[in-house]
Amino acid sequence: MHPITTAHYLVLSAALLLIGTLGVLTRRNIVIILMSIELILNAVNLNLIAFSKHLGQVSGQIFAIFVIVVAVGEAAVGLGILIALFRNKETVHADEVDLLKW
Amino acid sequence: MNFLDSIWLIPLFPLFGALVMLLVGKRLDPQAPSPVAVAPGVAPVADEHGHGHAAAHAHQAEHGGHHTPAATRWVIRILCPGMVLLSFVFSAGAALQLASLPEKTHQVIKYTWLAGLPFHMQDGTMARFTADFGFLLDPLSAVMMLVVTGVGFLIHVYSTGYMEHDGGYYRFFGYMNLFVFFMLMLVMANNYALLFVGWEGVGLCSYLLIGFYFHKKSAGDAGKKAFVVNRIGDAGFLLGMFLMFAVLGTVRFVDVNQALASGRFQVEAGHFGVLSAMALLLFLGATGKSAQFPLFVWLPDAMEGPTPVSALIHAATMVTAGVYMCARSSALFQLAPETSFIVACVGAFTAILSASIALTQNDIKRVLAYSTVSQLGYMFMAVGVGAYWVAVFHLYTHAFFKALLFLGSGSVIHALSGEQDMRKMGGLKDKIPVTYRTMFIGSVAIAGIPGLAGFFSKDEILWQVYSSPLGSKAIYAVGLITAFMTAFYMWRLMFLTFYGQPRMDAHTAAHIHESPRSMTVPLVVLAAGSVIAGWIGVPKLWSFLPESFRAFEHWLAPVFAGAVPHATEAAHHAAHHEAATEWALMALSVAVAVCGILLARFMYLVKPALAETVQRSAGPLYTTLANKWYVDEIYDFLFVNGLCKGGGSLMAGFDQRVVDGGVNGAGWLTRLASSVSIWWDTWIVDGAVRFTSFVVKLLSYPVRILQTGYVQAYALVFMAGALVFLGYYLMR
Repeated sequence: MHPITTAHYLVLSAALLLIGTLGVLTRRNIVIILMSIELILNAVNLNLIAFSKHLGQVSGQIFAIFVIVVAVGEAAVGLGILIALFRNKETVHADEVDLLKW
Repeated sequence: MNFLDSIWLIPLFPLFGALVMLLVGKRLDPQAPSPVAVAPGVAPVADEHGHGHAAAHAHQAEHGGHHTPAATRWVIRILCPGMVLLSFVFSAGAALQLASLPEKTHQVIKYTWLAGLPFHMQDGTMARFTADFGFLLDPLSAVMMLVVTGVGFLIHVYSTGYMEHDGGYYRFFGYMNLFVFFMLMLVMANNYALLFVGWEGVGLCSYLLIGFYFHKKSAGDAGKKAFVVNRIGDAGFLLGMFLMFAVLGTVRFVDVNQALASGRFQVEAGHFGVLSAMALLLFLGATGKSAQFPLFVWLPDAMEGPTPVSALIHAATMVTAGVYMCARSSALFQLAPETSFIVACVGAFTAILSASIALTQNDIKRVLAYSTVSQLGYMFMAVGVGAYWVAVFHLYTHAFFKALLFLGSGSVIHALSGEQDMRKMGGLKDKIPVTYRTMFIGSVAIAGIPGLAGFFSKDEILWQVYSSPLGSKAIYAVGLITAFMTAFYMWRLMFLTFYGQPRMDAHTAAHIHESPRSMTVPLVVLAAGSVIAGWIGVPKLWSFLPESFRAFEHWLAPVFAGAVPHATEAAHHAAHHEAATEWALMALSVAVAVCGILLARFMYLVKPALAETVQRSAGPLYTTLANKWYVDEIYDFLFVNGLCKGGGSLMAGFDQRVVDGGVNGAGWLTRLASSVSIWWDTWIVDGAVRFTSFVVKLLSYPVRILQTGYVQAYALVFMAGALVFLGYYLMR
């Protein structure tokens, strides 16, 4: 059995980042997009913690907790906007919201 | 108080009343329905004989008074007669103060009203046309002012009762006051131009008041007829005035008289010179205003107006303006004996023509209208023979008894709910006693029974016509026959109206009532005037009376003495006639008057059937008279139809081609210009705007395609950019 090394963490983190990015870019449902964003953030957290363990420093973990806190806020605000959007446009699909178009 | 210098105020009082009425009168009498939109329950004034007020009055009685006059109506009732009364007081004051002046004329000139450029007169000297806004007070204008304001005041008072139930109360009084204003301007002006302003103004008021019941076509037509016929005379007046200026260089009365008396002009005896033409043109004006042949046709139709209007304008004052103007021009007429003869002949012809028509008319007001024309003919007879003071004297007495008779007839019509046909009257003697008694006095006065006003003036006219060097026996004979006819038709009217069996229907009979006090009091005052007015002009023959009984002639003497070269001659001439002749002629005229009355009594009271027999046996003559000698028809044939046809062809040719063509051409040009304008707008102005926007759109295309509005598209670009930077730093 091979031990789980930092490289493993980094590969998992890269995969999560890729999945999240593709989700953000391709999915129409904003809820899914938000979830994909969470994936991206957690990929970053994983990266931070992996390096924290690898370097033996605690600041990476502190940074991860900070990111989690911000992510909570972001989710709350994002969902709030989503609900407001649904009330006004009766949709949760990103491609149906194109008010910024010229 | 100095009334002499404030005479310019006299016409302003009624003008003030008129302005108040015509500007704010509607507010003072708001409930008064206009004649068209009458309150429910009160039928619009549309009964056949067209007497608005009485018809409305009858309905009023039936429906228990649907429209009550506005509470503020008392303002109108006080203000309008009050203004005329004020004018009367000022006139009387001015006349009294005038009497104490030595020269008996007083001019008040406020300012120069018309000023023209210098002008070469006929004799080569230069003159400048000027006309003052000025007033002349002399014995003649004083008499006229007193008649106009005095009789005018009584008729205003009468009207407050008579017009009570008519629509347009304020409008009526506004016009009446306006009329008094213009009439005062006419008689007080100190020159012909200002006189002409009053002259036209009274014509306007006459038109407005004849057409007072304007929703009735006949009233509107009568108003137009009066206006158009008067224009013919006015053209003559204007030409006469221009000729006067061209020859004399002035139109101010005082200066005209001075120029004529200066000796530059000789009496144009036996030939027809420039002065005769001038006088004839002025007389043409008078024939229009004073309803003389051939322009008398408008006056009988003018009876479409309310009865007080007929009394004031078409009997007592306005129609005498022509007589006044001729008397004012006496110096001119004196120098033009040929024209004077024409005047006398026209007067005599008009007198007998209209008296003969009056014999057969059945409308009570039309009889009086023709009677007025006839009496005006008498006045012109007097003017024609040079007896100007007698013409004015008859004017003055006539104002009393003719106003009385008209107002009396109005009272009769009032009592009979609008009936004007004498065949449907009769037996009113005891039912409306005040009206009957006053009209009785008026009829006696106009018939020429000694002791009443009409006798003195008419007898004096007949005597002057007989004795004056300008007069003739033939004209006298015509005058005498007319006097007989006058007595006959007036008493025919009296007998048909007040005596015999009642011939009205039961409905009308039930409504008969004496008029209110506001109407009967003026009648009584005028009746008193008809009795006593003549006693200031008794014949010279009655030498047992002191000179004060001949005050009228003495009063007017200064006006007519100035430029009268042969007036004294005439007096001498008259003196040569024996007193016996004069007594005989007087007796003769009284005899024919009595005969006329008795014949009327016989035909219409004693043997009513006789009238019909005469009517049948006279056949064509009666028909001709009843149809007014077909004068209207002849005019229609000679002038009116031709003018209408000419007007029609003008309409077809000139109007449609030239006038309409001009309008259509202008329209076509406008459309052409507008289509050019449209082209310019569409292609040049709009084109520039659209080109600009097109260019902007074109240039913005590459930028625009990036702006999809999709968040994910932006995210993709963002991601791509991030990868590019990442790649760049990694590759370096």
